[in-house]
Amino acid sequence: MSIDLSQFHQIFYEESYEGLDSMESCLLDIDCNNVDMESINTIFRAAHSIKGSSGTFGFKEVAAFTHVLETLLDQIRDSSRDIEPEHVDLFLQSVDCLRSMLAQLQADEAVSTDQSGVLIDAFNAILDGDSAAKIESCSASESENSQASTEADDSASDEAGGDSIWQIHFVPEVNMLRTGNEPLRMFRELGALGTLTVTAIVDEIPAFEVIHPEECHTGWDLLLDTKASKSAIEEIFEWVADEAELIITEVAGLFDMTDDSDVASSVADDAPVVPVAVVEGSPKAAPESISSDDAGKSGELAAKKVASKPTQKTPEATSIRVGTDKIDSLVNLVGELVITQSMLGQVGEEFTMEKLAILQEGLAQLEHNTRDLQESVMRIRMLPISFSFSRFPRLVRDLSRQLDKKVELILIGEQTELDKTVMEKIGDPLVHLVRNSLDHGLEVPADRIAAGKPETGTITLNAFHQGGNIIIEITDDGAGLNKERIRKKAIDSGLIGEKELLTDEQVNDLIFRPGFSTADEVTDVSGRGVGMDVVRRNIQELNGSIEVSSEEGKGSVFTIRLPLTLAILDGQLIRLGEQKYIIPLVSIVESLQPNAEDINHVAGGCDVFKLRDDYIPIIKLWEIFGVEPSTKELSESLLVVLEAGADKVALVVDDLLGQQQVVIKSMESNYKKVEGVSGATILGDGTVSLILDISDMVHMAGAYHQNGKVVSIGGRHRAA
Amino acid sequence: MALAEQSSLESVDEAIGGSTFAEDENLEQYLTFIMNDEEYGVDILSVQEIRGWEPVTPVPNSPAHVKGVVNLRGIIVPIVDLRAKFNLENVEYGPLTVVIVLRVQFDGNDRVMGVVVDAVSDVYGLSLEDMQTAPDLGDHVDTNYIRGLAAVDEKMIVVLDIDALLESDMRNPADLNVVH
Repeated sequence: MSIDLSQFHQIFYEESYEGLDSMESCLLDIDCNNVDMESINTIFRAAHSIKGSSGTFGFKEVAAFTHVLETLLDQIRDSSRDIEPEHVDLFLQSVDCLRSMLAQLQADEAVSTDQSGVLIDAFNAILDGDSAAKIESCSASESENSQASTEADDSASDEAGGDSIWQIHFVPEVNMLRTGNEPLRMFRELGALGTLTVTAIVDEIPAFEVIHPEECHTGWDLLLDTKASKSAIEEIFEWVADEAELIITEVAGLFDMTDDSDVASSVADDAPVVPVAVVEGSPKAAPESISSDDAGKSGELAAKKVASKPTQKTPEATSIRVGTDKIDSLVNLVGELVITQSMLGQVGEEFTMEKLAILQEGLAQLEHNTRDLQESVMRIRMLPISFSFSRFPRLVRDLSRQLDKKVELILIGEQTELDKTVMEKIGDPLVHLVRNSLDHGLEVPADRIAAGKPETGTITLNAFHQGGNIIIEITDDGAGLNKERIRKKAIDSGLIGEKELLTDEQVNDLIFRPGFSTADEVTDVSGRGVGMDVVRRNIQELNGSIEVSSEEGKGSVFTIRLPLTLAILDGQLIRLGEQKYIIPLVSIVESLQPNAEDINHVAGGCDVFKLRDDYIPIIKLWEIFGVEPSTKELSESLLVVLEAGADKVALVVDDLLGQQQVVIKSMESNYKKVEGVSGATILGDGTVSLILDISDMVHMAGAYHQNGKVVSIGGRHRAA
Repeated sequence: MALAEQSSLESVDEAIGGSTFAEDENLEQYLTFIMNDEEYGVDILSVQEIRGWEPVTPVPNSPAHVKGVVNLRGIIVPIVDLRAKFNLENVEYGPLTVVIVLRVQFDGNDRVMGVVVDAVSDVYGLSLEDMQTAPDLGDHVDTNYIRGLAAVDEKMIVVLDIDALLESDMRNPADLNVVH
């Protein structure tokens, strides 16, 4: 009796992907002139275990392909062949190919062997020096692969001669699925032998209400057009022959098998729509204990599958791997929480005023526990950024070849952790930025040498924590931003006026404008001008910000600032009149009581505040929010100096209240986006408090001053 | 779903002191409320609950009829004053002032909004035949959000289409004119 292996499939996929990742990173490290045997061994081990386990699970295409891969690796490993750059390329392509094969398997699709076939040929060409028998075995497995695919057009290949048609009558016992035998897999194997037409016998299927997902009431009549012998067919049914009614007879000329997709679809159009669903649905439903699916719907899907190319995709369950230390700390914290709770319960049972101190102490303990617990739970969602960084070595390698540039990639702070959701969303913007640095930033080797720089350019990705934020820096030592050119382009495309005076920062900021591109030619890699604004928008959606600083001829630094998590925020509670608002603590630089002489009025309506050497514009919250403050006298209010992007502004508030962590609630789920407000939270007393959106507010204040007479407050005004 | 309808019917029924009405399959139930001595009706299936007035947190730069937002068991719910929305004169909120919490369809999603009215009145079963379409009242009265007019016991009830009524309060301004 065999074990149902499908429950281990997920683990197989995860391990295989991990193996492929380590193969890839080792391949990228290989220096062909000085081969590190250990990394060859690592690659070999990964390939070998993928081959082994895919064979176990019956994923023949993967096994056959990795076998060829392994043959070459083995030769390199025992030094009978030197590794050459083209081998590395081929291996890398194979890694990609295996990834897509695994993805197809995971999505329950037929595995396409187009790509792997080409690669197998390439491997065979390399291995050509070896015995002819070996090649034969490889190509044999290849043709087997292409047959294995159930795609209609693949299967009826050019081997019409010598075929015989077998009629197989197969009616398993009710408990066949319980013993872990899956007809689907057997049919797939039959399909590998030749052209298979399946007709289900549905007479025995009970009413839907009484059907049990683990029972198999379906029988099948199969027609197999194959060169294989009867024993080969019998072998497939070996495990179930005792538990089923199985009649295998040879027929010929009954059907015209040339256009099998027609036959298949006519089969699907006929009665047996539901039974196909049983084949599809029940083996899967059993381990997942989902019993009653919509039979009609899944039947339809499955019928489609038989009819032509599979279109259905099983949604991938997102999972997260958590270190045991994190789980352990959670368990400990919950333990502490239980102790605190029982302590408080005891105090509460017979409470007298004498016990007040104990109660307060207990409550303080409880607060401590809750906060720790919250942090630990948040940490579970945190993953090291290496998950995101790991794709870059390959990307940079491929791209630098494509662009004929020499590049060294340095990754720093790969263990910096950030929220899984943030990580998933930051991937694409990061790729875009790195591509940009490679394409626009770094010069070609000749230019670099001419500029007195080392031939190989450097791109550094650096991630670190700062306050409640994670900072990701992308640094290149290329040509830097050409400010004159940016300015000119911006004027040409009408983004700024000809006479507009801009600070360096503002000029740099122009590259994030929609429709801006300084690339003279549009290349594959970049230059279409639809990039940086999307990057910025994506990052802003995550409540983050991006800035660029650059020195001409020396390179540029893109700095991305992201919140660690999207659900909780450290906030400073402020009061304005009768209203309480929350300012994100991360954007507060300092708070102070201004001296009257430090406040100056710029003709036209904007007040500025002299903070040490800088003049920073003052935003009166009551003006932009239309709230009545306690006092409009600036010297009696408090100023909160905020950082919004590259700018600093001072917000006038009546009072600073406490600091606290707040849970961010969306305003948009029931209302709409409110300008100047990023969300709301519920305070301890149950009332709602709005969270201020600082960069929004700066824009509002700018707009306000423009409407009501004057001045953009964007720039930083340097004191004399 | 049927269960939810049932319970919302019951809770509304309780809230207005157990008014009785005949069960009839052709009738749709409408909750009515009073404003300025006029009676307005809303489809009872869209009523989530009825609450007393409680202070709200004002939302800056919002229209005058949006009083603000409240915390309704952990979710943020905007409160709209229908008097202000209908350009009726404002009154002091009193002990009878109630907030009807409505589930509104918007862009295919359910949204929860509260409307402030003077008082809740009754529940009526009305069929489509009982209802007349709103007469064209000229340019200065928007009749889009009036589903119809119905007469019950010599009284006129203005039946409101709350989805249309509150739509404008949920739509984001087309593209905020953000000046970078």
